[in-house]
Amino acid sequence: MNAPQPLAPPPGTDAAPETVLGAERLSFAYARSGPVFADVSLGIRRREIVCLLGGSGCGKSTLLRVLAGLETAAAGTVRFLGQPLTRPHPRSALVFQQASLLPWLNVFDNAGFGLGFKHQPAIDAAARKARVREALAAVGLAGREHAWPAELSGGQAQRVALARALAREPELLFADEPFSALDAITRAEMQALLVDVVHRWQAAVLLVTHDIDEAILVADRILLMAGKPGHIHRAWTLSIPHPREDHPEAVTALRLQILSALRAGNAATAPHAIPS
Amino acid sequence: MPATLILPLLGLALAAALWAAATLLLANETPILANFAPAEAFRALSRLAVDPVMWDHVGVSLQRVAIGLAAALAIGVPAGILTGVSRVFAQTTTPLFQFLRMISPLSWMPIAVMVLGVGDAPVYFLLAFAAVWPILLNTAAGVAQLDRNWLMLARSLSATRAETLFRVVLPGIVAHILSGVRLAIGIIWIILVPAEMLGVSAGLGYFILDARDRLAYPELMAAILVIGALGFLLDYGARWLYQHWLHKG
Repeated sequence: MNAPQPLAPPPGTDAAPETVLGAERLSFAYARSGPVFADVSLGIRRREIVCLLGGSGCGKSTLLRVLAGLETAAAGTVRFLGQPLTRPHPRSALVFQQASLLPWLNVFDNAGFGLGFKHQPAIDAAARKARVREALAAVGLAGREHAWPAELSGGQAQRVALARALAREPELLFADEPFSALDAITRAEMQALLVDVVHRWQAAVLLVTHDIDEAILVADRILLMAGKPGHIHRAWTLSIPHPREDHPEAVTALRLQILSALRAGNAATAPHAIPS
Repeated sequence: MPATLILPLLGLALAAALWAAATLLLANETPILANFAPAEAFRALSRLAVDPVMWDHVGVSLQRVAIGLAAALAIGVPAGILTGVSRVFAQTTTPLFQFLRMISPLSWMPIAVMVLGVGDAPVYFLLAFAAVWPILLNTAAGVAQLDRNWLMLARSLSATRAETLFRVVLPGIVAHILSGVRLAIGIIWIILVPAEMLGVSAGLGYFILDARDRLAYPELMAAILVIGALGFLLDYGARWLYQHWLHKG
């Protein structure tokens, strides 16, 4: 349990059908502020929840945007279901820190907003309705279809955003700090809900977070990002059964491991942090 | 009667009383002013309310408002979006727009009549020219204040430019456009009456001058009441639209 993993996926995992997303030797730099991350390789398997954990400024959100096809890497390749990624894949979906619901659409239409765009497989109106209903029911919002976003709490809005992603029946769900704007109690509910629904939808997840406990509670695998430019410093595969709150010793042990790795990672790369 | 109506109605009643007192006092010196008293005006108003000719004048004026507003929207919204999206366009046009905006639209009247001829066309031009600025500036402000996350959401769905424009940008700035429309209606309604005093033979502005020429002073005062009431209703309608849209948001 919790054994350190090799940093790069074994050669050839990209092409394997079990791999949803494969990235090889990705680098990214902004023209003004210099390199953000360098030489990042990773693979995400079907139905796997991978947490990208790191402090602020380690480049984890930028890495997510590159992996999602929202930004183009300076070097390296991203493959989605074996195909090189040029723009956001129709079988992927995103959830951001802000729910970003459209205030002129009600809950039902917001949850269905990810469907019916040109660059994705067409589905008929009945199938679309069924998908949206199912997704809203799964996040506990059945019966609130006609509510307006302004009438929702922060947690409910984020549930709609999750339903909007699920309605796309994604192979891979990208989530960028989706719960960090919520209060602690709502956050715990949403973490449990996320694990539950992605298992039911058989989707893989790439969850970016700076919250060590969140990563330990939901992840099948944790990738710890550190340094400047950021790289994947260490990785853990978790086999603690869900719900993980019931296994405090294993959770605590892993927590301490991650904390010391984080310290080591920052110390090892400290000299690079000085701007040249 | 709802308590919230008491004070507004009291204010209107006070104004009518002042109006009556003023005409009564002044009529001692200048007897013709008795024609402008509220009692005369309301008598004329009740006569005009059942006169189809009066309704024609109102209809013509409202139609001009609609056409002027539609033209202002057709020009102001795209130009406003362009201003909000393109820094170059904004920097190029902002001083020009601020300059043009401050010129009273009626100053263009002689030129408009020379170029567009006598008739409705110069009136439409003046109304649209007056109304385009609040719509343009509010649209540009709306685009600048669009939630960046909505645009990111559209990108994550691989939305085309047209899909982003029609499903995110335009609905996202409707509230701003509507507040521009409300300002525009106010301006149009104020410009309309003087614009209708030149070169046209129908409309409320024309009716005012016509009543003066016929020495029908009670009708002139009645027309002023109609202009005020219609302007109030137009503004109320625009405000209702705005709040109805925001109620969802």
